[in-house]
Amino acid sequence: MKEKTDRILLSHGSGGSLMHDLIRELFVRHFDNPILGKESDSALLQAGSSNIAFTTDSFVVDPIFFPGGDIGKLAVCGTINDLVAAGARPHCLSAGFILEEGFPMQALERIVESMAEVAKLAEVFIATGDTKVVEKGKCDKIFINTSGIGFFSQRDVPLLSKETIGPGDQLIITGFLGDHGMAVMAARNQLEHAISFQSDCAPLNILLEEILNVDSGIKFMRDPTRGGLATTLCEIASGSTFGIKIFEDQIPVRPSVKGLCDIFGFDPLYVANEGKMLIVAKKGREQNILEILKKNPLGKNAAIIGEVTRENKGWVTLVTSIGGTRIVNMLSGEQLPRIC
Amino acid sequence: MNWLEGYRSRELCEALMSEIRQLAAQPLRFMEVCGGHTMAIRKFGIPSLLPETISLLSGPGCPVCVTGRAFIDQAIYLSGLEETVVCTFGDLIRVRGTDASLEKARAEGKQIRIVFSSLDAVELAKKNPEKKIVFLGVGFETTAPGTAAAILKANREGVKNFSVLSAHKLMPPAMEGIISEGIPIDGYICPGHVSTITGTKMYHPIVENFGIGCVVSGFEPLDLLQSILMLVKQVVKRKPKVEIQYSRAVKPEGNPEAQKIMREVFEPADEWWRGLGVLSYSGLKPNRKYREFDTREVFELPDFREIEPNGCLCGEILKGLKTPHQCVLFGKACTPSNPVGACMVSSEGACQTWYTYEGKN
Amino acid sequence: MCLSIPAEVLAMQGDEAEVSVNGNRLKISLMVLKNVKPGDFVLIHSGFAIEIINRDEAEKTLEIARLMKADKI
Repeated sequence: MKEKTDRILLSHGSGGSLMHDLIRELFVRHFDNPILGKESDSALLQAGSSNIAFTTDSFVVDPIFFPGGDIGKLAVCGTINDLVAAGARPHCLSAGFILEEGFPMQALERIVESMAEVAKLAEVFIATGDTKVVEKGKCDKIFINTSGIGFFSQRDVPLLSKETIGPGDQLIITGFLGDHGMAVMAARNQLEHAISFQSDCAPLNILLEEILNVDSGIKFMRDPTRGGLATTLCEIASGSTFGIKIFEDQIPVRPSVKGLCDIFGFDPLYVANEGKMLIVAKKGREQNILEILKKNPLGKNAAIIGEVTRENKGWVTLVTSIGGTRIVNMLSGEQLPRIC
Repeated sequence: MNWLEGYRSRELCEALMSEIRQLAAQPLRFMEVCGGHTMAIRKFGIPSLLPETISLLSGPGCPVCVTGRAFIDQAIYLSGLEETVVCTFGDLIRVRGTDASLEKARAEGKQIRIVFSSLDAVELAKKNPEKKIVFLGVGFETTAPGTAAAILKANREGVKNFSVLSAHKLMPPAMEGIISEGIPIDGYICPGHVSTITGTKMYHPIVENFGIGCVVSGFEPLDLLQSILMLVKQVVKRKPKVEIQYSRAVKPEGNPEAQKIMREVFEPADEWWRGLGVLSYSGLKPNRKYREFDTREVFELPDFREIEPNGCLCGEILKGLKTPHQCVLFGKACTPSNPVGACMVSSEGACQTWYTYEGKN
Repeated sequence: MCLSIPAEVLAMQGDEAEVSVNGNRLKISLMVLKNVKPGDFVLIHSGFAIEIINRDEAEKTLEIARLMKADKI
């Protein structure tokens, strides 16, 4: 029996199973077409003889400034990373702003500057934009939507696809998990000065371009944002002909992030990242990819965290630090701070 | 805190497991009554490591799960009153009352805030003297001293717009209730942080009257395995007793200051437990001296009735008579995003823990 | 139930303390626990310190398991 609610809950936007139901049963059902039906972060389109990747994302983060970034930097990085996950080279972005009446001009300029700065760093440009202002109280300070287009320049490199994943493939994560989600959580609870880490928000094309330019053995990538690594892995495994096994010992989490997770009662596997990529690599190629990643500051804590298995089809299992085994499931909604 | 890492050492855990395997020849059933234990046991994959002779059952140890529907209904009613703000721990927000949850009520614009501490609610009351702040007091003996402290602080600082809707519960009446009604068990894995506050005196009647061993356990894998081993040894030697495995955080006498504060502010009251019904003197409410901080005294509350949902096996599951997979609602009509029964409600509930760590099939 | 985590007491003022959880600094209440000193590790639950962690006992617990492991070899 499917769960029905007559109103939108916050959980519908949390990246968990409620959001997946909403996408499948409302958006995909009505907008029905083969490209959307693939439910990938970027749509792959034919333009003449070449393939292009096209994606969009909206940003409503609260607070708008947090340790390691702000809503503007996030809006640029998020869309770049969705293109990168498709294996594309990000080319240009659009930027749409919804501003609340009374929003300080100074804050807006800070946000726009940070967008320009990170766009320059990532070698993309903002090609078009839109501005709307709504009455005070009709939105929360500032919302940003960015869309992006990316190209596949190297024709001899195969397109990334979930269909190519099979048993034996190795899973790589490009660094520590949970930094972004916990930095935002800290800022939201006036703990931004209490923490010793910051959001990992960063454009990943620079890190991954070198690997993508050659046939490196990368089969598939996804950036584990909302819902964290666990949700991304569940999405990959769900309905597939393989299982996924990860090793708790191998998963990189900063002690300070772990500590803050313990305070809120969160599991870092489900906490958002904004500067990490999960890579599915062909067996035998993982060490080479890892070495290249580790040369870049953005990938220096990269680790091989698991593998694709023949067993447990459709499921993600975790081998715990003491050698036990358990299932990793998708969360239904956002993680809530808890005391028990 | 590197000294804590030893408690997750694979080698040490393996040594304990091999000892358990050697000794546990006969089938043994142990019950953990603390949701934190339920969660840690599943999270570390401990059942996959234990010999088949040992089964672990989950008791009523999640205060959120056992909180009645009427309590949620009352909280939602209060959140709809003018100038009233309901403060709650995040745990309660998805628990369904008769019709809705606090999460749904919040989506409809009702005044509901998540807090981390009871003192946050007192602060909110101080900053908003025109508003009435209601704190939802849930939890066992571990959490109740914090609620008592908040009442003491509000009283000391003359904060008149703060009150507590208490559903605080006490562990021993439920543990005894389970023994008299539930499945026979060979030992209790006793709640670590509840015992930090209460000490271990309350477990002696269980050993003396029922002959069931009680080991107070910590929450790391090594703690849990060591506690299981201690219980196995008690059964083998036929010497049930009260033992503290979690000695770094639990003293036989407990935390006297916390006990004193609880005694100062609260008095025992009959409480409704989801799945178990009303247990006498199993709850806490502010006593006469602090009645101005008791939401039930301050507000006129309508009478909400407790009704257990049809087909739900929570009562049997809490008593250890059934496992979540034996419930027809489990994973179908009853899921973490739309829980029907108590055990699916909290991340520490028996059903949700099974759903998350073992899968819905 | 009762999520409680260890934290190191850095400083104290009245019935409040500043503690560190793996380098994250938090303010917590000492209203329900007596005799806390800076440098102590305490268990915190919903914003309150509820017990001082006994380091000697912590070591003893590990030692029991270590001896058991030594026995097995």
